[in-house]
Amino acid sequence: MAQTNAAASEPTQHPTPDLSHLKHVDYRNIYEPAEDTFLFLDTLQKEREYINNLDPVICLEIGSGSGCVSVFLASLLAPYHALFLTTDINPAANRATLQTATANRIAIDALRADLLPALRSRIDALLFNPPYVPTPSAEVGSHSIVAAWAGGIDGREVIDRLLPLVSDALSERGVFYMVVVNENRPEELREVMNGFAFDMEVVMGKRAGNERLKILRLSRML
Amino acid sequence: MRLITHNMLQCHVKACPPGQSYPLQIRNAELEALDAEFNADFVRRLIPKLDWKVLRSTAFELGVAQLPEECPAEPTEDDLQMIHKVALQTRVKEAEMVCSGCGHVYPIKDGVPNMLLQDHEI
Repeated sequence: MAQTNAAASEPTQHPTPDLSHLKHVDYRNIYEPAEDTFLFLDTLQKEREYINNLDPVICLEIGSGSGCVSVFLASLLAPYHALFLTTDINPAANRATLQTATANRIAIDALRADLLPALRSRIDALLFNPPYVPTPSAEVGSHSIVAAWAGGIDGREVIDRLLPLVSDALSERGVFYMVVVNENRPEELREVMNGFAFDMEVVMGKRAGNERLKILRLSRML
Repeated sequence: MRLITHNMLQCHVKACPPGQSYPLQIRNAELEALDAEFNADFVRRLIPKLDWKVLRSTAFELGVAQLPEECPAEPTEDDLQMIHKVALQTRVKEAEMVCSGCGHVYPIKDGVPNMLLQDHEI
């Protein structure tokens, strides 16, 4: 359950996961945590009570890269325990995620998968920092580090593949957090998800260089 | 990948016969025991998500533990410890997961199951 006294005495910044095991050479193959990642961490910290109140048993992050976000969430929710699963299409990212989990004494199972694996159980908290950068369509579909950013037309090609899967994947009370930029047309995403009976809230926003980042929270309409 | 995750994974080959995509059979497994912190509350919350029969048969086939026929309705601390050991402390390092419905093989290497499919299987 949520720790009310922690909320009262904030804001202390929850520590960023230890990533010192990842070297320069690793970041040739996996995405190095950047402004978008750190904004995602800040958002999760802000949303901690909301997430804890869902009593999550299964958390899954799509495209976990270095593993920074899932490890952060796991340590943020501790001593509350959940099952943390991650997917990434890039095997270097699967390895890095497990290394980051081990280095921070967090238990994670990393799966090599395209977006979501087929699970018998529904997910309570789904996280995705997608490849949102507008690129030529031909750059989409790589299994390398390019998959971390190449989003195709309007940076929407991967996002648009996931959205129709979200409702079936999430538990009744489940929540889905996703990073986007303005080029992805968040208002259009809202309409798409309204069509699946989901509400969308922009829970964080920031200008980082030429990216106008937003973090979306999607949950079923009441 | 721990046995808890195996307990949830299904085959997702499009042509896999309905109702036969679960469970995936583990073959040629190399296991390792993890030193994971026991949390009774977490194990209790996990129980409703488990397919007990599959956890039981998997644990038996891999020689990890002999679980009772039925999941204890009111689990004792010992029961919870046992489930913790099987589901959360047993990690499959190397193996093949084979779908008994369509025969698709999902390899596990360095603890990471490869759930990717070929284009014609999607």
